Amino acid sequence: MNIAVCVKQVPATDSRIKPSVHEDDIDRTDISYVVNPYDEFGVEEALKIRDRLKAGSVTVITIGPEKAAETLRSCLAVGADQAIHLKDPSLAGGDAYSTALVLAAAIKKGSYDIIFFGKHAVDSDSGAVAIHVAEFLGLPHVGVINQLIINAEEKHAVAHRQIEGAIEVVETSLPAIFTCQKGLNEPRYATLAGIMKAKQKPLTVFTLDDLGLTESQVGSKGAKLVVERLEVPLARKAGVILEGDPDSAVAELVRLLHEEVKVL
Amino acid sequence: MIDFTFTEEQTMIRDMVRKFAENEVKPFARQIDKEQNVDLVKSLFQKGAALGLTGIPFPEAYSGSGMGEVGYCILLEELSHACASTTITFGAHIGLAGMSIFLAGTEAQKQKYLVALAKGEKIGAYALTEPGAGSDAANLQLTAKPDGNHFILNGTKLWITNGDIADIVVVYTLTDPALKARGGITAFIVETNTPGFSAHRIHDKMGLRGSSTAELVFQDVRVPKENLLGELGRGFKIAMETLDESRLSLAAGCLGAAKEMISMSVDFAKKRIAFGQPIAGFQAIQFMIADMASEVYQMESIIYRTAWLFDQGKKIPREGAICKQFCSEALDRIVDKAVQIHGGNGFMGEHPVERYYRDSRINRIFEGTSEIQRIVIAEEIFKKGGY
Repeated sequence: MNIAVCVKQVPATDSRIKPSVHEDDIDRTDISYVVNPYDEFGVEEALKIRDRLKAGSVTVITIGPEKAAETLRSCLAVGADQAIHLKDPSLAGGDAYSTALVLAAAIKKGSYDIIFFGKHAVDSDSGAVAIHVAEFLGLPHVGVINQLIINAEEKHAVAHRQIEGAIEVVETSLPAIFTCQKGLNEPRYATLAGIMKAKQKPLTVFTLDDLGLTESQVGSKGAKLVVERLEVPLARKAGVILEGDPDSAVAELVRLLHEEVKVL
Repeated sequence: MIDFTFTEEQTMIRDMVRKFAENEVKPFARQIDKEQNVDLVKSLFQKGAALGLTGIPFPEAYSGSGMGEVGYCILLEELSHACASTTITFGAHIGLAGMSIFLAGTEAQKQKYLVALAKGEKIGAYALTEPGAGSDAANLQLTAKPDGNHFILNGTKLWITNGDIADIVVVYTLTDPALKARGGITAFIVETNTPGFSAHRIHDKMGLRGSSTAELVFQDVRVPKENLLGELGRGFKIAMETLDESRLSLAAGCLGAAKEMISMSVDFAKKRIAFGQPIAGFQAIQFMIADMASEVYQMESIIYRTAWLFDQGKKIPREGAICKQFCSEALDRIVDKAVQIHGGNGFMGEHPVERYYRDSRINRIFEGTSEIQRIVIAEEIFKKGGY
């Protein structure tokens, strides 16, 4: 069973985010990066399946500049077998559509039974890339799973997803795409031995040519969405708590709504 | 010319240990302290060992990861954010027991003992201090007398970290009372299951309450000759060279705690309202935070510079002593300010700063008091010249 996990390098969750000077991106100076936490659930699930079946391999795939290789090596340190880095200047500025097109092209070059994504990346929060990839590849997709049972012989899987007030159980044939939610597993720590070995594991770079795509299809040129501007939300004024017994508080509330806010 | 950035591997180790400390150690730090729960620390030690933490500085040939002193300082810095008792348990195991054997052991001794320590399969301790030999370490009285293919050890060691949880103890003994430190002290590797060895835990310390501290009693303990570490009569040199390194790593074990105190104090100062505003707005508080931050910057700078020197194969008696003296004293000033910023809250056992305050104090005493460090620094300068 060969498994691919698409991972993304994102700003650490405790980073202070502000718009860049041109307001078309965030200011990336002094930001430290981590593996998208939901992608880590995908990596862990892949490793668990591989270790249980004692067969197949786990490939991690990312798009990004040179720095994004750190994310791949972090995943290799945790136990992934190989990595694919989709690195080309033209890939910058993609939206979910153009990003998915590139990932789909890379996934097509391999042969995978399971493809994991995080349920969304904690930076752009769109949660759309995996669904687009499923569409491009014509594969079934089960989103936001918190349990997965794989039947390797039958090439069949049962996934659980938490929905409002219930758990939905979805069966699918493989290959299929799954996006991972918290609760699916507890990602393991890298070991010292894993960290030392990470650099020796295969890390393949694919450029646009390798993927058989053209510049106009990918990155900002291929994007359907254009970011017009990023801005910091206006700070909201603190609310007012009306003290006193309910009768006088309600009277005061009505007065405020009538005279100050002017909605009554 | 100079590059102060960690390598990618060092960064990965830092991130991993940080996560480990945050998720596995920190949630138990209070319980460890309140209950003097050495068993809990031991279980964290074993969890860390499974990740390879116990072998960080040692070469791969001895089941370490070859990440050197810089890697080891990263480990202790990150652990010390969370729990001083856990930090010192790793520190005595790696920096004292393991390092003694690494620096002075024969190949056979390293294969037999260092590998087991690096893997964390066995726990190590280092026994130099005695009831009558603390700062005056050369005055130790525990004797080792040759008897055929063995030496027979008799005497007592005191306040030995990991003493009653250790499987292997590096013991410094008197083999020639006339020569003492000038050729009369010899080191041995002693397995704690040897008949005649006993360890007695000491309770109720001011700080590090979850670390094992023990009195070790040797009554006719027969140690095979092949467990003599280094050469006969050269033990004092091994003890001192090991301390050069461990004083540096002890400083690293102060750094994380110091950083933690700044974070805690800043958070508290932003939330605590007095005179109608957060106390973070008062210069008296700001100045304390500023002083804490400058000291942390100095600590970090000298620690990693010295670790780099050590990894270049340089001897660091002066630098190790400077790191230990400065960082242990700086941490004491920092925890004091942290308690001051927290006011009454900082005096209460419910608040973690109270524990950091107590845990800090020993750093100016063990592995050579601040006074001994100053003697070492001054001697070095008078002997070898200044700068």
